[in-house]
Amino acid sequence: MSGKSIVITSGKGGVGKTTTTANLGAALALEGNSVVLLDADIGLRNLDVVMGLENRIVYDLINVVEEVCTFRKALIKDKRIEGLYLMPAAQTKDKDAVKPEQMKKLIEDIKAEFDYVLIDCPAGIEQGFLNAISGADEAVIVVTPEISSVRDADRVVGLLDKKGNIPLSNMHMLVNRIRMDMVRKKEMLDVPDIEELLQIDVLGVVPDDESVIVSTNKGEPIVLSNKNSVAQAYRDAAGRLLGREIPFDDKHQNGFVGAVLRFFGLAE
Amino acid sequence: MFDLRKLFGLDIGSKNTAKERLRLVLIHDRATVSQQTIEAMKRDLIEVISHYLEIDTDELEFKMESQDEKVALVANIPIIDGKKGIKGA
Ligand SMILES: Nc1ncnc2c1ncn2[C@@H]1O[C@H](COP(=O)(O)OP(=O)(O)OP(=O)(O)O)[C@@H](O)[C@H]1O
Ligand SMILES: [Mg+2]
Repeated sequence: MSGKSIVITSGKGGVGKTTTTANLGAALALEGNSVVLLDADIGLRNLDVVMGLENRIVYDLINVVEEVCTFRKALIKDKRIEGLYLMPAAQTKDKDAVKPEQMKKLIEDIKAEFDYVLIDCPAGIEQGFLNAISGADEAVIVVTPEISSVRDADRVVGLLDKKGNIPLSNMHMLVNRIRMDMVRKKEMLDVPDIEELLQIDVLGVVPDDESVIVSTNKGEPIVLSNKNSVAQAYRDAAGRLLGREIPFDDKHQNGFVGAVLRFFGLAE
Repeated sequence: MFDLRKLFGLDIGSKNTAKERLRLVLIHDRATVSQQTIEAMKRDLIEVISHYLEIDTDELEFKMESQDEKVALVANIPIIDGKKGIKGA
């Protein structure tokens, strides 16, 4: 078997890479895939706490590349979702503790046994970023509807192409923290605007919602909750990764039609 | 208040400003030529053109612009004395 490795990256910090890695990975596992979430943010690990698995860490990624243990031994099995595993980053080392070739080898080894490896990339475009992208077949670029985030995403697109050998056709973007109330007032960039500027296909659109903070507080992936717009957005994104045609939610219509629908309470 | 312009989506919000600014920033970011290269090219161009025309080097303008999805280098080179005509002609 050879699985697929996907790096979740952004350039800009704090836009939702870790949240996306956790929820996209959990959604893929809920669909019956075997998934490893690999935390490549060495020194600033967080995927463990977002997933609520921080108390179960024995070995980490550095132990594996230094051959202290096998990668199997370092994996933490998520008891809530069948087929979901976490490979934690080291917290006390820095980004130079691993080399791109080591990362590549590790990901190849995992891919031989699992369907998906989702790599949570650190912010920035330095060594940590280069390590994280070195073993990736595809990339999901997380972007928020703000100038600085879109600009950084564009830089990352260029670097993934040049330094990561990831072709444009294997890049997807996930627009996070969109606020439709602001989009309607034309005070926020909309998805088609960002798509036009970055010229890569849209994998998902996730609303800005306080439930993300609540689920992080609890250490539970949000996709486990049923009636939640963020959860649905991540499930849809996972479905698209699996090759399904899933229409984008058009409840949030703009212009006249939207205004009429909203007037009659048929849309938000 | 019932705002007709808002209803028809005619008002121009800050997102259009953001989009326009981004468009220009990305053109510069994506341009494979560095600022140094542009400066060097500018000097060379001035030298070549000065062989034929008297130009106002203080008012020279070089910039990258997007035109129909393509990026163009646009140079604005003011000629000081048009009556002199082409040098050496
Ligand atoms: N859709 C959302 N709605 C509301 N809050 C969100 C959303 N997505 C992310 N956040 C919040 O934004 C913050 C940053 O998220 P996250 O840690 O996933 O970003 P990151 O890109 O991994 O950051 P870093 O660059 O530091 O690794 C968190 O507090 C998270 O709860
Ligand atoms: Mg993170």
